[in-house]
Amino acid sequence: MSAGRIDIEHLQIRLGQGAQAFEALHDVSLGIAPGEFVCLLGPSGCGKSTLLGALAGHLSPTAGGIRIDGQPVSGPDPSRGLVFQQHTLFPWQRVIDNVAFGLKMQGVPRAARREQAAALLASVGLAGFEDRYPTQLSGGMQQRVEIARVLINQPRVLLMDEPFGALDALTRVKMQQLLLQVWERIRTTVVFVTHDIDEALFLADRIVVMSARPGRIVEQIVLPFGRPRDAALVTDPAFVALKRRCLGLLHGAEPLPRLSPLGAPAAAPAAWRFAV
Amino acid sequence: MTEAVIVLPAAPAERPAAAAQPPAWSRWRHWSWGALSLAACVLLWHGLSTAHVRTAWITFANVPTPLEVARAGVDLLTSPKLLHHVLWSLWRIAAGFVAAAAFGVGLGLLIGRFGWAERLLLPPLEVLRPVPAVAWIPLAILMFPSSEVSMIFVTFTGAVFPILLNTIHGVEGVDRRLVASARSLGARGWAVFSQVILPSAAPSIATGLAIGMGTCWFCLVSAEMISGQFGIGYFTWESYTLQNYPGIVVGMLWIGLFGMGSSALIRLAARRLMPWQALKGEAR
Repeated sequence: MSAGRIDIEHLQIRLGQGAQAFEALHDVSLGIAPGEFVCLLGPSGCGKSTLLGALAGHLSPTAGGIRIDGQPVSGPDPSRGLVFQQHTLFPWQRVIDNVAFGLKMQGVPRAARREQAAALLASVGLAGFEDRYPTQLSGGMQQRVEIARVLINQPRVLLMDEPFGALDALTRVKMQQLLLQVWERIRTTVVFVTHDIDEALFLADRIVVMSARPGRIVEQIVLPFGRPRDAALVTDPAFVALKRRCLGLLHGAEPLPRLSPLGAPAAAPAAWRFAV
Repeated sequence: MTEAVIVLPAAPAERPAAAAQPPAWSRWRHWSWGALSLAACVLLWHGLSTAHVRTAWITFANVPTPLEVARAGVDLLTSPKLLHHVLWSLWRIAAGFVAAAAFGVGLGLLIGRFGWAERLLLPPLEVLRPVPAVAWIPLAILMFPSSEVSMIFVTFTGAVFPILLNTIHGVEGVDRRLVASARSLGARGWAVFSQVILPSAAPSIATGLAIGMGTCWFCLVSAEMISGQFGIGYFTWESYTLQNYPGIVVGMLWIGLFGMGSSALIRLAARRLMPWQALKGEAR
């Protein structure tokens, strides 16, 4: 099995109904090599999360298509793990059962799946937290569980929608380092959405800069930094120069309402419903 | 009377601890306020009924005094009739409630999840919802050959709507990101329903069941007016027709106590079955 080659061809996605409809993505073509770490960088509402949702299989293309290892994407699949900005852990399950959920869906017996989940939790630094409920964890811990939960399916592609966007600055930097450590071991293809230039420069092999309405790719920057990377990188002159270039590309962009990988917000329910 | 106790949230801890216990004195104050308020109500009742207060709009001339009621209560407690009354009522409540839970939760899940079910089933249910239990009595007598079944049906009508509405509400409130996430993790069809929708909606369903249990008792007198020789509701109604006025209040109190107790039991069961719910308050 080849490991996560992504081909996006002339992808167009329209979102919204009737007069509210708009073109979230316009003729996007992009190839991503197996094991590559790509950051989608752009202002809020530029369609980068929409692209991620299409890769995950939650949004279907209006035109064009996506193939992973030659197979067209036709719906969500455990081989394409999706991490949301706000965690989607099940509040009714303990941390260990949240992580083991993917294996449960595969029919792995309880003892075996818990064993694997515990090992994975330890690898993201959460040994000892197995029996907590998600609400008993800090925001950074919740995102680590969310990542572990996706990784247990050994995805070929890891899709991350501003996963650290809701964390404080210090935790965010720690999480970026942790993500790189984990990724260096598993080397899956990563598509990481962010509007934080520092984050994109620190993490990625390649940055794809997008622009809004309609969402399209305006520039691609291959980063020259070696790996493993450490926090000192952000003061490197080459880093600063690339940061300036990214700032120039994003300059003047009007921020739009944030889109989600699940598309436009759901319509309000009918007005005649009974009040509860 | 307003709630006099302010329970301070536990200090934010790095390692969240078990649920914070209010200090003993605060708990004691809570209970003593409750007892005081109940005592005040009884005292007011005593004053009004012994003085036979009469105004143009309301008269307490025929209202039994607390002492008379207490005496009638003790009489009933010591008579073998009580167990009979209670068991018959409990059976009707249980049967009506279980039927309402099955019907309400089942339909609620369908209506909440599927647009076609909502369009098909909700309009008639919405028309039936405002109809009170008493109004169902004539039709229930005509529809069911056994008066026992008609009584169970009337308690059923009381419980079914709160259960149905809360279930619909719970299912519609499911975070679609959780559903999407489950699908991305490999859940399909029935697994999405049983692993995500049902546990997400469970707290709301439990609220519906607790409210439904209360309204079940609410309808007991109406139901047991239909016939029968036994049941707390029947006892209450019979006391009125026999001019045994203290008996009315005894029956009312029994219904109140049982209603309160059974709703509390459901809440307790829900807390046991859904331990994560209790954590919400103490979350960061």
